[in-house]
Amino acid sequence: MKRKWNWPIWIGFIISVGGLFSYEFFAQFPITRDFPWATLSLFGIGTILLLIGLFRAFGRPQVYRGRVFGSIFTAIALLLFAFFAYEIFYVLRQVPLSTQAPRVGEKAPEFSLPDPNGKSVALADLLSPTGAVLIFYRGHW
Amino acid sequence: MRSFQNRLSDFTSRGVHVAAISVDSVEINRGHAQKMSFAFPLLSDADASVIRRYDVLHRGAGPKNTDIARPAEFYVDANGTVQWVNLTENIAVRARPEQALNAIDAAKGGRRD
Repeated sequence: MKRKWNWPIWIGFIISVGGLFSYEFFAQFPITRDFPWATLSLFGIGTILLLIGLFRAFGRPQVYRGRVFGSIFTAIALLLFAFFAYEIFYVLRQVPLSTQAPRVGEKAPEFSLPDPNGKSVALADLLSPTGAVLIFYRGHW
Repeated sequence: MRSFQNRLSDFTSRGVHVAAISVDSVEINRGHAQKMSFAFPLLSDADASVIRRYDVLHRGAGPKNTDIARPAEFYVDANGTVQWVNLTENIAVRARPEQALNAIDAAKGGRRD
């Protein structure tokens, strides 16, 4: 008798892979970027489905397929999750300490830099009337 | 920075300018400012000299191990004194405009006495 399609393995794997790529989308919004709960939830759902699928495959191998590819898919999904966790919880936190950055109460260093039109903009130009917010960013190179 | 653009009127109504600084060239900034409709200036610090002066350099973090700026935000008052600093511990987590606006309002409150 032909064994049944073990759908939780496939759906779980697709959700796990989608979870990895979903961060590209969720990173646009501070609420899902600052802590990646949406991406982690997708990984969680994917893993639960994979485990259900594996449970069926190994528990009732005469009925369900997926002992081999289910194990491979689950291993790949866990590797993807490990990669994501490493990036999010380690790599993104490797930020310089900036111990010499100007502190509250100190004078901000003067500068003069070109704007997109090539016009020079000095800090002094920006301070009137109530000061300026300076945003240093990584850039787009 | 998109969130700062969205709240830009809250800064201008307080008389506060917003400017963003990176190692990107003037040309890249021109394209990016147009694409994102940024109404505040993107300033080009191509040799990272200002970024270094503010000690917000991230060595080797750019393409081909070039030096770029780490994310950091400052509010500098009209006298040129720093009133608020935000140095993130996670590159993905940036200051939100509300934090800067709160700092601006707090600094104004402090000046009354």
